[in-house]
Amino acid sequence: MSGAFSSRSLVRLGTFTAGALLAATLLTPPTAFAQDGKTITGVMHSGLRVLDPVITTAHITRNHAYMIYDVLLAQNDKFEPQPQMADWEVSDDGLVYTFTLRDGLVFHDGEPVTAEDAVASLKRWGERDSGGQLIFDVTESLEADDEKTLTWTLSEPFAPLIAIISKQSALPPFIMPKRIAETSADTPIEEHIGSGPFVFVADEFDPGQRVVYERFEDYVPREEEPSWMAGGKHVYVDRVVWVNMADQQTAINALGAGEIDYIEQVQVDLLPILEANPDVTVERRDPLGYQTMGRMNFKHPPFDNKEIRQAALMALSQEDILATLIGNPDYYELCGAIFGCGTPLADETGADTLLSGGDPEGAASLLEEAGYDGTPVVLMAPTDVTTLDDQPVVAAQALRNAGFNVDLQPMDWQSVVTRRASMDPPSEGGWNIFFTNWMLPEVADPLINVMLNGRGEDGWFGWPEDERAEELRANFIAAGTPEEQLKVAQELQAHALDEVLYVPLGQYFMPQARRNNISGMIPAPVPVFWNVQKED
Amino acid sequence: MFGYIIRRILAIIPVLLIVAIIVFLMLRLSPGDPAAILAGDAATPAQIERIRTELGLNDPLHIQFITWMGQILQGDLGTSLISRTDVWTMIERRLDPTINIAILTIIISVILAVPMGVVAAWKHRTWVDYLVMSFSVLGFSIPVFVIGYIFISIFSLQLRWLPVQGYTAPSDDLWGFFQRAILPSLTLATIYIALIARMTRASMLEVLNEDYVRTARAKGVPERDVLFRHALRNAAVPIMTIIGIGFALLIGGVVVTESVFNIPGIGRLTVDAILARDYPVIQAMILLTAGIYVLVNLLIDLSYSLIDPRIRY
Repeated sequence: MSGAFSSRSLVRLGTFTAGALLAATLLTPPTAFAQDGKTITGVMHSGLRVLDPVITTAHITRNHAYMIYDVLLAQNDKFEPQPQMADWEVSDDGLVYTFTLRDGLVFHDGEPVTAEDAVASLKRWGERDSGGQLIFDVTESLEADDEKTLTWTLSEPFAPLIAIISKQSALPPFIMPKRIAETSADTPIEEHIGSGPFVFVADEFDPGQRVVYERFEDYVPREEEPSWMAGGKHVYVDRVVWVNMADQQTAINALGAGEIDYIEQVQVDLLPILEANPDVTVERRDPLGYQTMGRMNFKHPPFDNKEIRQAALMALSQEDILATLIGNPDYYELCGAIFGCGTPLADETGADTLLSGGDPEGAASLLEEAGYDGTPVVLMAPTDVTTLDDQPVVAAQALRNAGFNVDLQPMDWQSVVTRRASMDPPSEGGWNIFFTNWMLPEVADPLINVMLNGRGEDGWFGWPEDERAEELRANFIAAGTPEEQLKVAQELQAHALDEVLYVPLGQYFMPQARRNNISGMIPAPVPVFWNVQKED
Repeated sequence: MFGYIIRRILAIIPVLLIVAIIVFLMLRLSPGDPAAILAGDAATPAQIERIRTELGLNDPLHIQFITWMGQILQGDLGTSLISRTDVWTMIERRLDPTINIAILTIIISVILAVPMGVVAAWKHRTWVDYLVMSFSVLGFSIPVFVIGYIFISIFSLQLRWLPVQGYTAPSDDLWGFFQRAILPSLTLATIYIALIARMTRASMLEVLNEDYVRTARAKGVPERDVLFRHALRNAAVPIMTIIGIGFALLIGGVVVTESVFNIPGIGRLTVDAILARDYPVIQAMILLTAGIYVLVNLLIDLSYSLIDPRIRY
């Protein structure tokens, strides 16, 4: 056996190998990590896992969809619908909408985009999107007239149709080939071909870790200036690579060292590191930011009682929550509007206590009047998402101060996502209250904002049965002018906070960071990579 | 020996079957719903329920298990519920970084730790011994992410010798691989150096008092040969065990190090799959890890007979 194993030779070989390896490594030239000048590498807010933009409302999937798909209409920075793939006309009676596709639209597989593709895509989207469902409730027919024209005929006027078709969240109607769009809306699609400015590189997709896009050479941009999701989508780089970094410190180090070009969201407490780097620009891309909010469960005590919901709202202070969540006042603002401040329908009626630091004494007396019997409030507290882990802790203490018996239950966010779908009593795996965040375009309109759905178990988690809310939403659909819509929205604001359909807890902003050689990023709620240039 | 190897390999089958049943049941009986995670924030319960049905998650448990086992027997690990990607493709892509970094880590650890342990035992209760043991305690005590950040701060941010993060496959660029793998490997090696050095020292201390060592010295064998040919060979069985288990642990995934250095390895794949309740990926990962442990243990057992001729199978 002695010939088979020699410790001395092994040690010698090992020492030599280690020495060579270390020496070679230490002699590396420092500039060896520069990347191709036409590739932008960005760290996005999460890893892309779901590729179907109809089956999920996840932001990262929607952002991915904006890369590879195009939309019929899109909104500019004033929330105004603009033509994107198509122009539109509405009949005088408001019942017939005609869309005409523009010239030069081609899918990534080389096939032209036809009206039939758009019809199939809209129908699949309409099965999943809450706004789309409302339109299809009054749809008589949606058909392709020819290669480029589609007609949408309604049984009754539906004024917000164009606004819903052109929205940017949660589910915009992306156009895909008919053969793909005919997949059931409950089954994820397996082929990812759009007609957008970038092509998805399937071979390089590593779910949750890395996704690669290449410029679509045959894409014909519109001539208008880009504004939010509308206007010309000019692509100036060859590739865009999104990588997911679980550790934000690593992403910041990588940006500082020039290994990546862009970070979509930087934690506010880590900003000073980047702000001290002269090669990096930190800025607010999204002028509207996010709304953080709390939702109560209307099905079970104690929040099946309106007065107790009102007491909970009175107990909460936006300033306390936002100061804990974000810290730096430059990146948050108090806002009592359920539709978000800075949006066309913003109104802050009924939010006085939320904006003035809460009213624990008032909440305590209201709680007593309501006959609160000490039923525990099961508060779901995610611990693994930095933008969601502070609200439950601050809110729990505020509720306790008002006299609530709070059962704060820590869990991971995916457990919250799963458990909030349970209609069981809180003691049997259900819940009483949770918190989440929305981009403002997702709450900016009574038809898009899912918390205002009053259809009980057919609605969003919490399941309020609220006929008045449904009536006001119907009034909004019927409102013919922006002034009438604003009036209905104001009534809905007052009603929503009186019923405590949800508790708006203010707005915050997540700054982005980029190397200085990256320019042209469009200020918009969705990070887009058209118009972006990278200097060598 | 050949018969022994065959028997051990066959024994993997019941082990994996038991693991498969336990993992399958634990996932299905624990809280979490991939359909809810897939559907996103604005989905209604009715929409989530329809997705559950489409994904087969509403089928009876025994049907789901039989379907899965049927796939496994055909060599198909299934498709991710979340990304709709073939599970084996996902794992295969992540195995490369994990295995290569594990190998580099073990090479660095063995090269440094074994001589350190031998010298510490040889110079028992001298400053050399205390120095090695102090390093060992430090290696155990400092969290791996702290070591990682210190290395990044020095070698990447200040000296700018090495990249901060990422991974390059050696097949694409061997030089790039070493540049990106050296810091995570050194970080991980800190713990293993501490562990192996300590084990080597303890084993060596035992054998250095044996009669045959005294005899070797008495007959004038050079001290280096006494240590490495006579003593270390006889002390090697527990050291090999530690190295083998260490390698299996590294293959099983090192999440924190992967996160700090942004390495797309098995550890993050497993954690992400668990967070997303992506059952097929979790099941495949646990089966794979169990299989690796069984195989590594077999290799460790076989290595004993190479090291110690008295051990025969």
